[in-house]
Amino acid sequence: MQPRSTIARLIVYALLFAGAAVFLFPFLWLVCTSLKPIEQTMSMPPTWLPRAYYAAIDGKRMEVTRDYPVPDRPGYWHVTERLPASLSLAGLPAAAGLQTGVVQHEPVSAIVPAAEIETKIQPRWDNYHTALATMGGRSRDCGTTDTATGVGPDTRVSFFTFLRNTLLVCVLGVIGAVFSNALIAYGFAKIRWRGRDTLFVLTLATMMVPFPVLMVPLYGVFKWLGWIGSLKPLWVPAFFGSAFNIFLMRQFFRTIPEELSEAARIDGCSEFGIFWRIILPLSKPVIAVVALFHFLWAWNDFMGPLLYLTRKHTFTLALALQNYQSQGGGVQWHYLMAATVVVIIPVVILFFLTQKTFIKGIATTGIKG
Amino acid sequence: MTTREKHNLRHGLAFCALWFIGFGVFTAYPVLASLYYSFCDYSVLQTPLWTGLDNYQRMSTDVVFWISLKNTLVFAALSLPLGMIVSLLLALLLNTEVRGIPVFRTIFYLPSVVPIVASALLWLWIFNGQFGILNWALRPVLGLFGATPPTWFADPAWAKPALALMSLWGIGNSMVIYLSGLQNVPQELYESAEIDGANWWRRIWHVTLPMISPVIYFNLIMGIIGALQTFTTVFVMTGNADGNPARSTLLYALYLFSTAFYDLRMGYASAMAWLLFVLIVALTLAATKLTEKRIHYSG
Repeated sequence: MQPRSTIARLIVYALLFAGAAVFLFPFLWLVCTSLKPIEQTMSMPPTWLPRAYYAAIDGKRMEVTRDYPVPDRPGYWHVTERLPASLSLAGLPAAAGLQTGVVQHEPVSAIVPAAEIETKIQPRWDNYHTALATMGGRSRDCGTTDTATGVGPDTRVSFFTFLRNTLLVCVLGVIGAVFSNALIAYGFAKIRWRGRDTLFVLTLATMMVPFPVLMVPLYGVFKWLGWIGSLKPLWVPAFFGSAFNIFLMRQFFRTIPEELSEAARIDGCSEFGIFWRIILPLSKPVIAVVALFHFLWAWNDFMGPLLYLTRKHTFTLALALQNYQSQGGGVQWHYLMAATVVVIIPVVILFFLTQKTFIKGIATTGIKG
Repeated sequence: MTTREKHNLRHGLAFCALWFIGFGVFTAYPVLASLYYSFCDYSVLQTPLWTGLDNYQRMSTDVVFWISLKNTLVFAALSLPLGMIVSLLLALLLNTEVRGIPVFRTIFYLPSVVPIVASALLWLWIFNGQFGILNWALRPVLGLFGATPPTWFADPAWAKPALALMSLWGIGNSMVIYLSGLQNVPQELYESAEIDGANWWRRIWHVTLPMISPVIYFNLIMGIIGALQTFTTVFVMTGNADGNPARSTLLYALYLFSTAFYDLRMGYASAMAWLLFVLIVALTLAATKLTEKRIHYSG
């Protein structure tokens, strides 16, 4: 609808901008938090931008944390030396000596006038480095820690292990989903055979079955196959079709004129040849939608990995992120948010690159459904 | 059967062969097996033992089961209307012809591609009672009335409303589906309504809503199915399947999961799953009955 008056137009814009602010704000706060040192994530009132404070203690200028204003001396702050972040790493035992050559000592503190504290805007990019390195967990209960690198047996599992697992599940799953659903949808859309329509209705009906109903026996199937603890339950099923994608592709195939197939048939082209050389090349839009949906679904899936993965080195990013949060002790919000940013960024980029295909795909599900 | 028919049947079955395997192994067998397990005592470790209706009878006296069912219905009653109304309003906004609409559409949709684990963690931080940015903003406002903001996920009374508010961030899908419905409403209808002197509100009420009623119905059904199965957000919120605080976020799917995989009471969990299935079908039918007369299918 076209807003008529200027006032109507202004109201529309005001609402659009207000809505956009509400929807974007969490992203902004996420990135802000991920770039702060821990004590600033918990300061009230919150500081929006990550800062660094500098002051002189015992005549030595150093980076400090502002702890609290001294109660009986207005204008004075209690400050403490900030040790390099890696020394207070995500709950790692201090004795592990994470950086060789760094002499560890107790931080010094002092009371200084507020005017002598210098403030700088300083994003902590190294939060990301730490978060990615510690996402695999701690070495606490897993053998000895290598004192030279500070890496224990279990911490060799890092962000990149999870990324590799996730990409494996996503890429194999996308290949399987496109290949299998295209074949199946062709069978349902382009060949007329007895029992086809009954089976198609049955196929659609499976979409109604809630996952909890399938959950227990599926676990049994994968256990019987010996796949529990491996990534296979997360990508192999994609090679055997899924009702929703079959439906999506069938709808598209049916819009391709039958004359094309007939002409090819008269020329002696086999059924698979028609599928491969005529239908598929014309179906790029729907292939893109299926591939995209499956990739995002696999990247974001949490319940599957939670059910089937048992050891950390097989975790996907979604499961690893949840696991990172629930590792005992207090939540280190700055590291957790940094890890969250890294898990989100690939899908956000993918969405920006493909949004037309994407939005069109979502819209079709509603109209035809 | 003619040769042609035989040829077609052979080829049709060949193209769909993968699906027959997939359907059998990953859908049909699990559905039948879980129905069987729901009448059994089963823990994966030993073979299922037939116990008849025991599991279903036990549910009626299982206090935690009733808590989880009530939680789920309350959560659905909060989040479903809220989500349907807000996404429709956003879609109406996006359907206006002003400049820059594609940008706003992208912004409103963006949170929907974020993994649920990630958005749950982010909102947990925003809703944090002590250091959360939301309460920092609310404190002075509520202070005027002598009130303090709730601690959200730490408060049994506020955990479910917080969950419902959080779910609003990811309503992009239903928004886009509404939007495509709105774009299919013929322009002439608005024009003739206007000639009849209908104002903006009446055009929405008498033209837009009836014309997009199939889409509203679709979103309602999808919303019911989604809300009743909510799992990941609450699992991530507490880091386990306890439904803290005080079981206030112990949703049905969460209790089902912990019954099956923590307590290894898989027979009981299967019975719960089937009850969920029945509940979903019943609510879907009820929604269909209630809206049937109001849905307008054109063409």
